Order: sequence, then structure tokens, then C-alpha cells
Amino acid sequence: MAKLPVEIEKIIEQYGPKLNYPPKEGYHGNDEPDKVVNTHCCFCGMQCGIQLLVKDNKVVGFDPWMKFPFNEGRLCPKGVQRYMQNNHEDRLLSSIERVEGEGFRDITWDKAMDKTVSGIKRIQSTYGNDSFAMLSGVSLTNEKSYLIGKFARVALKTKNLDYNGRLCMVSAGAGNKKAFGLDRGSNNYSDLEHAEVIIVAGANISETFPTLTHWIWKARDKGAKLIVIDPRVIPLARTADLHLDVKPGTDSALYGAMLNYLVQNDLLDHDFIDNYTSGFDQTIDSVKEYSLEWAEEVTGIKKEKIKEAAELWGRAKTSFLLHARGIEHHSKGVDNVLGCINLVLATGRIGRPYCGYATITGQGNGQGGREHGHKCDQLPGNRDIENPEHRKYISEVWGIDEKDMPGKGLTAYEIIEAIHKGEIKGLLSICFNPLVSLPNSNYVREALDKLEFYACIDFFLNETARHADIVFAGSLQEEEEGTTTSAEGRVIKINKAVDPPGEARTDTSIILELAKRLGVEDKFTYENSEAIFNELRIASKGGTADYYGITYQRIVDEMGVYWPCPEIGHPGTPRLWEDKKFKTPDGKAHFNPAPYRPPGEVTDEEYPVVLTTGRVVSQYLSGTQTRRIGKLVDQYPEPLVEIHPEMAEKFGIRQRELVKVKTRRGEGIFPANIVDTIRTDTVFIPYHWPGKKSVNLLTPGTLDPISKIPEFKVCACKLEPMGEIAGDSHFSKAYQSP
Amino acid sequence: MSSDNLYNPSQEFFVDMQRCIGCRACELACAECETNGQESMIHVNYVDRAHTIQTTVQVCMHCDDPVCAIVCPADAISKDEYGIVHSANTERCIGCSNCVQACPFGVPKKEESYDLMMKCNMCYDRTSIGKKPMCATVCPSGALYFGTREEITEMRPRSTPVNSFIFGEETVSTKVFIMMPKGSKELKVF
Repeated sequence: MAKLPVEIEKIIEQYGPKLNYPPKEGYHGNDEPDKVVNTHCCFCGMQCGIQLLVKDNKVVGFDPWMKFPFNEGRLCPKGVQRYMQNNHEDRLLSSIERVEGEGFRDITWDKAMDKTVSGIKRIQSTYGNDSFAMLSGVSLTNEKSYLIGKFARVALKTKNLDYNGRLCMVSAGAGNKKAFGLDRGSNNYSDLEHAEVIIVAGANISETFPTLTHWIWKARDKGAKLIVIDPRVIPLARTADLHLDVKPGTDSALYGAMLNYLVQNDLLDHDFIDNYTSGFDQTIDSVKEYSLEWAEEVTGIKKEKIKEAAELWGRAKTSFLLHARGIEHHSKGVDNVLGCINLVLATGRIGRPYCGYATITGQGNGQGGREHGHKCDQLPGNRDIENPEHRKYISEVWGIDEKDMPGKGLTAYEIIEAIHKGEIKGLLSICFNPLVSLPNSNYVREALDKLEFYACIDFFLNETARHADIVFAGSLQEEEEGTTTSAEGRVIKINKAVDPPGEARTDTSIILELAKRLGVEDKFTYENSEAIFNELRIASKGGTADYYGITYQRIVDEMGVYWPCPEIGHPGTPRLWEDKKFKTPDGKAHFNPAPYRPPGEVTDEEYPVVLTTGRVVSQYLSGTQTRRIGKLVDQYPEPLVEIHPEMAEKFGIRQRELVKVKTRRGEGIFPANIVDTIRTDTVFIPYHWPGKKSVNLLTPGTLDPISKIPEFKVCACKLEPMGEIAGDSHFSKAYQSP
Repeated sequence: MSSDNLYNPSQEFFVDMQRCIGCRACELACAECETNGQESMIHVNYVDRAHTIQTTVQVCMHCDDPVCAIVCPADAISKDEYGIVHSANTERCIGCSNCVQACPFGVPKKEESYDLMMKCNMCYDRTSIGKKPMCATVCPSGALYFGTREEITEMRPRSTPVNSFIFGEETVSTKVFIMMPKGSKELKVF
């Protein structure tokens, strides 16, 4: 039974989101804390160092952690306010159960466990093991990610486990595996400092990774040229040397044309291509028709600008190419990534100082969380669940018969589709809010309503969890020790600051108790988080993501260790590929053809406008945490639709007029923000909000055929002005929109 | 000043508008200071959002000859030996807003709920113990920097720190510097 038990407004009244503001005089004890805990921000992949101030087992403030080398005290607004997720009135202090017609009521741990285990057993005995799925997320530590991968396969015995990284950087992961045989940013960010040219493709760094801005400027101070590729003039693009205002969905045409230009003008590193790569001829053959004129026609970028970008990139001696969700959230996300990698390989600028390439991982543990087995096709160490040797090794580590190891399961959105089709009947989720973060949310809601049993682990009652039968009161990042791996591939230590409040428990203890009650306690006995990490080290040993040489003590002593780190005495690997020995079967870096094809949905007479989506600096992902922090909500209270003045005039839209934005999947009403910092053919809406304010009512469930990432970044819409000027955003209450 | 004051006079405050990304980390961090009552003493504003994403960040410039202090009828505003112009002494301030009107940079704000003028005192609680001001500590882009002139000159060879501002016939010199294109001597405001 996974329908809402009572009207949504009643659930919001009880469980929020409600806004948390600090008292005017600050929290008691922040001037004389009991302890100051060195740890990291719970939000994005930068994983900035931060100190939490603790008084009476409560986080009462923060202080910049000046000694952590990546950020040296620097923070973004989310980091400054992250401590406000503590002491929050919405916090689940007890597990709760669904009561039809009433809502939710507190339930004892024993009963919550009993009901969940019987729900799992009933569904699996009736419909088969794979009819019960698990969804996870990469705000979780490496330890929890690893544990959940093992739990799903060994305790739930289901193949259907996937994670919210499926909406994040799987296109980059798939592209990197094809090209390099390994999935990690190739360099740490200190290699930006002396790069002559930096390309930032589809990455709104100043809003989504603000502290990385510092490293970009370090390079610019030394004369680096900055090329930003984005449909909007994002803050970083405002001062860039070159801004390529690409039409959403046409990125691979741009990279193809740039590659062709490099070939035509012999701006190539022949020695590198001949000795260390394969697939070059086939790849350049696929772009030989891609003239600058053709690229201008497809991408909407002036050919002179494309030429200048190719010239700058082609003639540089050092460079760094960064990309993020802007090129990855496409039905050809993997092709876009490969198009970027082809530009890097053609110029041979990788594996040397100040020659870098990396996706900027979005989520807090987006890097480590995608390596150790809570992906549907993966085992720890970034091993392949369909590879017999990999299965054998991990089965031995886990003490199970290899025949009992499930195979490859469905990806995140496919799990929702399977629920909708009635093939999956039960779900356990943690660290994932699909009702806000997945595309076509009307469809996702229909799917949730069809579940026979749904249990969720979370610290707040997120929008999806409102559909659950049981919600376990889990833990915040600062309530459990562990490690994460930053976007640079640096494994760092998350330190526990406080205990979970009330009857809430650590996520780990919940998973271990469920495993015990599912009859596999002997496989899930760990004294502490470090014991889980030590098993992860062994499980990852020999895999591409090898953590064996990393220990808790080393992480603390060395301010983080970069994987691969195969032995205790190994220094770690801040820069990959210095030996030019790639992890592909032939040991070479692979060029891959990435010919242009249109996006899954293109504009037509009925839906004439391109819709693209993204983020704002004051919110994080689906907003489960940041839509509960008052000052972050005040900074950008509700999603606006950004419209170019030319388009506004065409449709008769005035500044702040309410506009109905319609697609083939749904509609939403948003105030207009008329700005000439966006392409004339494209509108933009940020996605962090729920219910009627969710742009994911509009986005399509079209998936990349390889990575299965949804195409959040492009679809076709129409605009209808409502004739009414929007009220003050601060009164919109979009943060809790039903 | 007490003898244990660790304020380092060689450290100065630099603002580089081209780097401001409008994230407001500075505002949120400033407001955390217990003496500010959750109000920020630094202000980020869009220049003209319809046409540009540019934001500016305005912090107290700590004038050498502070007009705010000169026009204060209650002698509530004072400049110390290090050149820091302190926020109004709460016992003396009468909330008249003379300083708000007079400041050429538009810095002091009157907090109506307290009937007091409040403005930046360059995080005296932090700088007096050798720390950097909070806004310049957290700023993720280097739009705000606190350090020595030598450091910033070496780090940012394409810019020059300027602390001379021309307002018509008036020249105002300040403790806080604005980063300008290399070779600039002054900033003409109008």
C-alpha cells in the first residue's frame, strides 16, 4: 500500500518541510563549544573541509577549516548553512508507520523491523526475489554504499539495486570506462593552476561547485584562457574569454566539429595518438563532414567562436577540460562525454602536469559511491557483476556461493518503470527522493501508488517517503563516522560530531539489523565503520578502484589519499595515466566515434520552445535538506522560468508574469524572469522543488541507451502567459509545494 | 588596545568585483557572528539582472577620513589605531541615520528593530586574534581576499589594488582596496 495515507497538506503540517532559522543571538554554546570536529560538507562533490561546533551533543555552528588543502576555509552558502539541518523540528525522532486516513504514527523499532521483514518476505515468496527492489544514493559514505551493495545481494537477494548516481554522472562513468577503462577524474584540481586553456562544458561551477571557482581563477591569474560552453551566461561565463552558447542537445556536434578542425589543421599530437591510443581513424572518419558552418547551423554557436575555441584548444601546451551534468543529462550523454575525451586524446594532453580532464562529480560521495557496488551492474572496486572472475572474488570476500550472487539488475528509472508495470512490487529506499529528482514525476507518482510495500530510511520525511508504509528514522552525515571520495578521487574522512537524536539510529545499524532479521547476521557483523572500510579495502583490492592501501589513519595524517592506492606503502595517485598505461583491455586510451544525433524530443509547431533544467547555488539536489534551511530558501525562494526578452515579446510575457509551461507530460506555473543571459530559443527552470513547483513534471523519461541517464537537459515545451503578475516569491511557499 | 591584540596591520582587505559569483556565502557567514543578530554587514546585489548576471559586493571601505564618523552627532563611530572604522557604539548611537545618508559607498544600514546603525568592523573579534574576517575566509571565488599587498600582487599580476576613489571633486581614500586592471591609479565613481 504505497498511496498517501491522508491529504498531503496534513503530512506537510506534521513533517514539513518547515524552515529552520538560527536564533538572533546564535545557538547557545557556539562561543564555547564542547568540541570542534574536523569533517566535510554534506553536500556536493567538492567535499569542502569544515569544522562543526558541538555543544551538549548538538551542532551549534561552524568554523572554516583553514588547513584542509582543497578549500582552505572557503565555503559556499550551502556549506555555511549546512549545520542548520541539525536541531530541526522536522527531524524524524522515531520510526513511523502509515495509518490509512490518519497519516503516520510513531512505531517501535521492533515493530518497524518486523513489518518490513515480513513485507519483504511476503513479496519475495509470492513474486520472486527480484520483485523487491532497493534504491540508494551517493550522499552516503563509502562504507554505507559498500554495505548496501552487499545487503541487497546477500540479504535481500535481489538483482534490482540501483542508486541516484544514475541521475548524476553515469554518462561520464560509462564514457570514461570506454575511453580509459577506469572511472575517475584524471587529475586533481591543482593541475588547473598552470593550464593554458580551460574548457568548462555544461558545468555551472559558480553555482553548483562554487569553491572550484578559486582554482579556475588561479589559472586565469597566470594567463589561462577560459572557454565556457553553456546555453546561459552563467556567472563563470560572464568573464570568460570565450562563451559558446550551445543550443541544448547539440553538444556532440560542437565537439565533433572541433575535432574535425584539429584534424584539418593538424593540431594533433601524433606521437601520443600513434603510441598510446586506438580508434583514431574510425573516430575522425565519423566527423569528417562536420564543418564549422554545419556546426553553427546545428549548435547555434557562431562559427568564428567555434573556430577560436578549436584554435585555442589545438595550440595550447597545457590544458584542462571539465564537464558536468550539462553535457551528461542527455539521451546521448555518453556520446557527449566521448566527444570531450576525443578532444583531450587528439591533443595528447593527459597524464602530464597541468594536462587534465575530469567530470565534476555532483553529489557529496558521487565518486566513491559509484565504485563499491550499489549500482545495478557493479561489485566493489568498480568490478563488473557479469564478469565471472569478479563475481568469484567478491563472493569469496562475502562468504557466499557465487551461484547465489544475483546478476545485473535494472537501473533507477527502469526500476520505477518496472514498478509501474507491476513487475516490481516492493521497495526499500535510502538517500533518494525520486518523486522530486526523477523526470516525469506524474508517472513516478503513479508507480509509487502501485507498490504493495515500501519502506524508507531517512532523517526527514522526504516527498517520496510520504508514500511509504514504514519510515525508519536514520542519520545525518554528521551522526556517523565514515569516508567519502571527493570529485578529485581523494578519499577523505567524515567524522562523527553528534549522536542521532531521540530514537533515530545510524543508517548502518538499521541495515545491519535488517540483515540480521533476514537471516544473514553472520555476513554482517562489524564492530564499527572502520571495520566496514577494512572489508571494502579487501573487496576493492585488484579492482580498478583499488583502496587497499588506504587506512583511516593515513587519511587523517595525509589530509586524504587519492585512489588507486593498491598497497599500504603506495603514495596514492593524484594524477592518473602518467605511465600511459590505460586500464582498457589493450592498454591504450580509446577514441570512440560520437556522431551527432538529435535529442530525444525536438521542438515542433505545438511545442516550439526548448526547455532545459539545472540548479541554483542555494539549493542541493531534491532539497530534502536545503528546502528546510530558512536562509537558503530565502535566497531563491521559488523556481523561476528564465526567458530571453525576444521570446518574452513573442509570447507577450511580462516580467514576473505567471507562465504556464507545458510539455507532453505535464504542466507547471512559474513566474517569468526575463533576462538576456539565455539563448533566445531556450527557457530554463531549476529543479529542486516538489509538487506543483517541480520542473520534473515536465521533463521526459528518455534514457541514454548506455548509461540510462534521463534526459533532464532538453525537451520541447510551450509557454502560455497567465495574465497575472506573480506575488512576492517569499510568500510562495514553494519549498513545501504540495 | 590590549597588549594581547594579534591584529596584523600588514594584512589588508581586497575586493575584486569581476570574481563575484553572487553566491552570498559572505552574507550568510557574516550574519552568523553573534554580534550581528543574524544580519549581514556585507551586501551582494545584482547590477542589472535583466541584462547581466553580474553582482557587486559592498563591504565597509574603512575610509581614512570616515565621513560617517564626522557627521555623527553622538560621537558613536570611531576609527582605531589600525584604521578600522568601528560600528556605532550601541550606548551612544541615537539612530539618527546621518551616517547612512553621508557614506559615499552606501554602507551603514539602520536596523530599525534595534534603532541602531550597524556596519562592518572588519570582524574585529576575528582579526584581533589573528584570523581573517569571516566573509573573506569563506568567499569561494577570491572576490574577497584578506592578506598582504605583496601576496595579492604576486597572486594576481594582471590587477592592481586601488584605494583612491573620485566622487566628483572629492577624493576618498580607504583602508579597503578594490582590484582594478593593471596600472590603474584610482577609481572614478562619477
